[in-house]
Amino acid sequence: MSGAWRWLRHNAVNIWAAGAIAYLLIPIALIAVFSFNDPSGKFNYTWEGFSIDAWTNVFGVEELTDAFLTSLRLAALSTLAATILGTMIALALVRHQFHGRRVANFLIVIPMATPEVVIGASLLSMFLIYGISLGFFSLFLAHVMFSISFVVIVVRSRLIGFDRRLEEAARDLGATPLTTFRTVTLPLLMPGLIGAALLAFALSIDDFVISNFTSGTTVTFPLYIFGAAQRGIPVEVYSIATLLFAVTVAAMVFVTWQQRRAEKMAEVRPDDTDESGAGALASGRDAVSSAGSPA
Amino acid sequence: MNGASKPLGRRLLPYGLLGPGLLWLTLFFVIPLYFMARLSLESGTLETGFQFTWEWSNFSDAITTYDEQFIRSFIYAGVATLIALVIAYPLAYAIAFRGGRWKNALLFAVVAPFFTTYLIRTIAWTTILSDDGVVVDVLKAVGILGDDGRLLATGTAVIAGITYNFLPFMVLPIYASLERLDPRLIEAAKDLYSSSRTAFLKVTLPLSAPGIVAGTLLTFIPAAGDYINAIFLGSTNQHMVGNVIQGLYLNLRDYPMAAALSFILMAVIMLMVVIYIRFAGSEALMGEEEEAR
Repeated sequence: MSGAWRWLRHNAVNIWAAGAIAYLLIPIALIAVFSFNDPSGKFNYTWEGFSIDAWTNVFGVEELTDAFLTSLRLAALSTLAATILGTMIALALVRHQFHGRRVANFLIVIPMATPEVVIGASLLSMFLIYGISLGFFSLFLAHVMFSISFVVIVVRSRLIGFDRRLEEAARDLGATPLTTFRTVTLPLLMPGLIGAALLAFALSIDDFVISNFTSGTTVTFPLYIFGAAQRGIPVEVYSIATLLFAVTVAAMVFVTWQQRRAEKMAEVRPDDTDESGAGALASGRDAVSSAGSPA
Repeated sequence: MNGASKPLGRRLLPYGLLGPGLLWLTLFFVIPLYFMARLSLESGTLETGFQFTWEWSNFSDAITTYDEQFIRSFIYAGVATLIALVIAYPLAYAIAFRGGRWKNALLFAVVAPFFTTYLIRTIAWTTILSDDGVVVDVLKAVGILGDDGRLLATGTAVIAGITYNFLPFMVLPIYASLERLDPRLIEAAKDLYSSSRTAFLKVTLPLSAPGIVAGTLLTFIPAAGDYINAIFLGSTNQHMVGNVIQGLYLNLRDYPMAAALSFILMAVIMLMVVIYIRFAGSEALMGEEEEAR
């Protein structure tokens, strides 16, 4: 009895953690399982039987496929823009001295500390007053905006652990600054950039709230789901969500693997051990804390 | 190196790098806030058009009309943040100190919900908490819920959904602060004859405080503005301020009132954050502002 009690006490934290992990994963498992459901009505809320119908023709629901493609296009474009803009900011923050650092930091952090509904509402206010028509373009402007900060944080944490002697070596060997950047800095930075881009992509493709305010009649994947929730959700939504999950996980694993390889090759030691989405969000800690202490 | 001795191009380079991105943030974050502020002081209707009239009554009307949703938002967000903290701390602790070679896989599991669509996750919860679902059955069997009791369309369901959706934001910062903690400090405490409990309370917990502060903020802020969970897991009786803002902007098109509400929401959150940071101590929270060298 006392042995069992001691075991329980010793492992209480682990058991709790296992429960928490289960709590995090159960809804995801449920989504995957329900993609094989065979609902009789229009809603996919209760289990009624096994079927692979939703998988044989995943992109068979035209409206849904259109919305999904719109989301992919939007995510690709906004990721590209946000990654470039955010990387430039991160380079300036880590490698240069300039006046107004506090203002720059504040500007980067404050969007992450603002509720999305406020961001969406304020963007809509501006678009209304300027008479800017809502649609793909306004969505693009908004998505780049909320992605930039996250890119800055991921790339910055990568840059902080960057061994600058590698660049110095290139310079010593006669490389111009541009050549050094292209052949040394960029390749070493690449895993961080890909990690940042993946995060921006995931944020964009999953955004509902800000898109809800700035989309007009354009329908993205989350907006489609929201609309469909009132009339009935096709099972294909679950298949696409599962597919998206699998692809993102695969991409994350690939990036982490690439990163390990790059680190081994160049012996660059970033200060966080995980530079994937987890590390990015974890280092968001610093950013958000500094947001909370305005100048 | 002295800044003044650098060539001009090199001195301007950081501004060139910062410029486009910060301009984007200014144009599509700061300036919209200005327009929202202006809109919140206008009067009129959609038919007659809106005019700027310093209509301060929008703010007082917003508060008196929607005080219930406001208070509910902060209660739901506060409770969800507390529950998330209770769930997250031991999890982060286990990953940081007992994760071993499973560490990365466990972190992966923590962020996994982010890889499925937010709306679908929430809809999955409607299935989990549905009237004929397992959770309701179990709660009925142990007598917590009455025979005709239900979870959907209750505050409990909405809070459960919010807790779930923002839990990773709580786990990651706490994990990051625990991960940075030098285990030798805990060993030192134990060498000085402190019990595990005392070592935890006097060393581990205070050193992870920045993570707790960041985690609670990252959870509370989006939770207070959320309206998805209330839509899918609640009813109009569970509507939060986000639902009101969304409805006023997108359905009723009472823009001035909606803008006033958004502004109040943002102001209240900012105020709470500032007070909280003061209270929690800001010295540990300054972030990495001085990393340039």
